[in-house]
Amino acid sequence: MNIMRFFRRKTSKDVAKDRLKLLLISDRANCTPEVMEMIKNDLIKVISKYMEIDVQGVDVEILKTKTENGKTPALYASIPILNLKNTFGNS
Amino acid sequence: MCEVIVVTSGKGGVGKTTTSANIGTGLSELDKRVVMIDTDIGLRNLDVVMGLENRIVYNLVDVVEGNCRIKQALIRDKRHPLLYLMPSAQTRDKSAVKPEQMKKLIAELRQEFDYIILDCPAGIEQGFKNAIAGADRAIIVTTPEVSAIRDADRIIGLLEANEIGRMDLIVNRLRIDMIRKGDMMNVDDVVEILSIPLLGAVPDDENVVITTNQGEPLVGDRTPAGRAYENICRRILGEEIPIMEFESNETMWQKLSGIFKRA
Repeated sequence: MNIMRFFRRKTSKDVAKDRLKLLLISDRANCTPEVMEMIKNDLIKVISKYMEIDVQGVDVEILKTKTENGKTPALYASIPILNLKNTFGNS
Repeated sequence: MCEVIVVTSGKGGVGKTTTSANIGTGLSELDKRVVMIDTDIGLRNLDVVMGLENRIVYNLVDVVEGNCRIKQALIRDKRHPLLYLMPSAQTRDKSAVKPEQMKKLIAELRQEFDYIILDCPAGIEQGFKNAIAGADRAIIVTTPEVSAIRDADRIIGLLEANEIGRMDLIVNRLRIDMIRKGDMMNVDDVVEILSIPLLGAVPDDENVVITTNQGEPLVGDRTPAGRAYENICRRILGEEIPIMEFESNETMWQKLSGIFKRA
């Protein structure tokens, strides 16, 4: 049993620690769900000027990203494109 | 010189009241004049943990509203001559007291005592704001669980925003058996996440339940938690005492078999 544990990659404590670290980054960034929603809506507004996007599928979140100074929080936005508008090519 | 310490956690049920009772009692046993104030209006508990529930006449709200003098609301603990308790009101709510009134009360108590221990209610609302209003420093109690640590982090942020002088951490209810298996975060893990100075580590000890049943804090007893609390009190007084090494509870046989299992 113990040997199994030894070879297993992650103990439950490691899982807890990783989850907490990620969670506290967004907690500390003071990004309330309302603020995140506002950012998301503004992004939709801007991007929609240039392309047709799947508004329901837009996902904005704060994640950790590796940089030279270790891990720092980063804003990730996943915005599915439905159709590229050709209007901006003409103007 | 009087020091005002608020014991807080954010999450409920992590051991704030037990910690307050043991720190208050422990400091008085080390010859300090101590008053403990239960600031949890509506849900008072420090009196019953201390075994002083039958001696309440006046309470914190009576003092603040001017129904009695401060001295009338202070219960002297006969077992510890330097220890007093100001109980909270049970039939009122948090809005009965304002931060300014707490500051005024604490300013008066500072003349008479070496330490004022404020037992803070759970949450971050009015009760929390009252409790931290007059405090010089804070002790944050947490357990090695994700929910308690998350709330502790939030509390630390709020205390920083309120420019509290100093913050220290107590990690409560550590289970050595689970830590050894990798199923519970250890003290270092918690300190790494919260990054504030560590004041103490208290093992999960059934004696806490037994002594709370009896209404007497266990600080100073020859039990794992009793020793941990005594060390915390001595550290508050400025003594340099290393954090308890739980691994030393391991018997020789356990250590040996551990080595074989790992190989």
